[in-house]
Amino acid sequence: MDVIRGQEWQRTIPDPDDTQRPFYEAAARGELQYQRCADCGHAQFYPRAVCTACGASPGWATASGRGTVYTFTVVRQNFLPPFKDELPYVVAMVELEEGVRMMTNITGCPPEDVHIGLAVEAYAVECEEGLAVPFWRPVSS
Amino acid sequence: MSREPVIVGIGLSDYPKAPHLSSAEHHAQAMQRALADCGLKKAEIDGYASAGMGDESGQPIVMAEYLGIDHRWIDSTMTGGSSFEFHVQHAQAAIREGLCDTVLVTYGSNYLSRMGRTLGTGGFRRTKKVSGPMMFEAPYGLSLVGAYAMVAQRHMHEFGTKPEQLAEISVGVREFAGLNPDAMYRDPISVDDVLRSRMIADPLHKLECCVVSDGGGAFLMTTEERARDLGQPPVYVLGAAGGQTHWNISQMPDFTVSAAAKCGPEAFGQAGVRPQDIDVLQFYDSFTITVLMLLEDLGFCPKGEGGPFVAEGHLRRGGRFPLNTDGGGLSSSHSGMRGIFLIIEAVRQLRGQAGAAQVPDCELALAAGSGGWLSGIGAVVLGKGGRG
Repeated sequence: MDVIRGQEWQRTIPDPDDTQRPFYEAAARGELQYQRCADCGHAQFYPRAVCTACGASPGWATASGRGTVYTFTVVRQNFLPPFKDELPYVVAMVELEEGVRMMTNITGCPPEDVHIGLAVEAYAVECEEGLAVPFWRPVSS
Repeated sequence: MSREPVIVGIGLSDYPKAPHLSSAEHHAQAMQRALADCGLKKAEIDGYASAGMGDESGQPIVMAEYLGIDHRWIDSTMTGGSSFEFHVQHAQAAIREGLCDTVLVTYGSNYLSRMGRTLGTGGFRRTKKVSGPMMFEAPYGLSLVGAYAMVAQRHMHEFGTKPEQLAEISVGVREFAGLNPDAMYRDPISVDDVLRSRMIADPLHKLECCVVSDGGGAFLMTTEERARDLGQPPVYVLGAAGGQTHWNISQMPDFTVSAAAKCGPEAFGQAGVRPQDIDVLQFYDSFTITVLMLLEDLGFCPKGEGGPFVAEGHLRRGGRFPLNTDGGGLSSSHSGMRGIFLIIEAVRQLRGQAGAAQVPDCELALAAGSGGWLSGIGAVVLGKGGRG
């Protein structure tokens, strides 16, 4: 996936633990990762130290970066910076081709163009040196 | 049978606006009123449960000291707004087992006076860095309302639920608020009023969101035997169950199904009753969609048919399942965690003390709390009489 670097990051910065850090490092390299358990095959997101299905320690898998909008909302009221200056904006749950879901903003189109089932693709924005946060946008944009 | 757990005393602190009270003072006032309500002495309390947010008044170990509770059983379960339904589940078992005889449950918050009303519909507080599961949500600016809005959006997509059907929930609860002199908003509203109110997070309008208020509550549980010579008729805990599908909204496995689908049947099973036997509903109405989800998951109508069910007027005054007869969180009071008010209003109804909002021949009530983002659900079946 594309990685946007050098933009001023005004949002909360993730403070990952050792299990979660590779997700943000991979995103900074342009790879969207999620966890897959070698023991039972269960796929999960967010990353954590155990497989929620069987209790083993899960490994990593790389996602295609393609998915569809599972549900969303258009946020029209938020008093906190920097979001108050970006209203209205879309927050969505995207279901990846691999089955896991991630929260994101849908960017690159007007809020009224977003609908459940919309095909979207991931990109990443660097938030700190070597760490990036994924976002999603319509495939056509 | 003599250790059958019952609720004997209830009390509300001043609401919806009480700038003269701190959160701890809400707890204290509510406790005093619950004791006075039934005639129990404070020294008889040997069990305590509470939950809260923010300052130290949210910590039961602190409040046990403040209130002077000499407990031999304490429960700090914190599942968000549904905590108090979980407390009933735990306390009734503790009383049956003889771990304690008389349990006090309290909540209190000066939420409105401390925070102002804007944060209720706003977003999460910005911090420079965020750790834990929230780090996978916080960068995207989801508001509290937005989390529920995503549930409503998915429900509309899968089942064709309509905005006017959700709006009907607000209209019915407001009608009851009109009967409660203390309710924050009492003027009647129409479905059109709801749909014309400002959109906060699509598809939820302002009048589909609970109010922000001050307020607290307390109730006292004891054995059926101890209740015999108290000042109020006992209300029986017939069933109590809880469950959790997620905490953070992004982890909700299916955005159209809550843990009520599991704990509802469990609570009904304990009580030996069915949803259609219930006379009055006290549901956590943080947002209209919360009520719709609870209705379906608890079995009052099939999954996906909540919209048409609500539109038929069943939740209205005089309807088959009157909902939130005190005016609910949507119109009366919501001081952060509303689960305790559900229990208290259910008790008022079962005692026949609900005044103009009294549901005739009220024998069975269901209190259903939702904590977090439809995350932790607790269901409590209360009755005027004991089991069978």
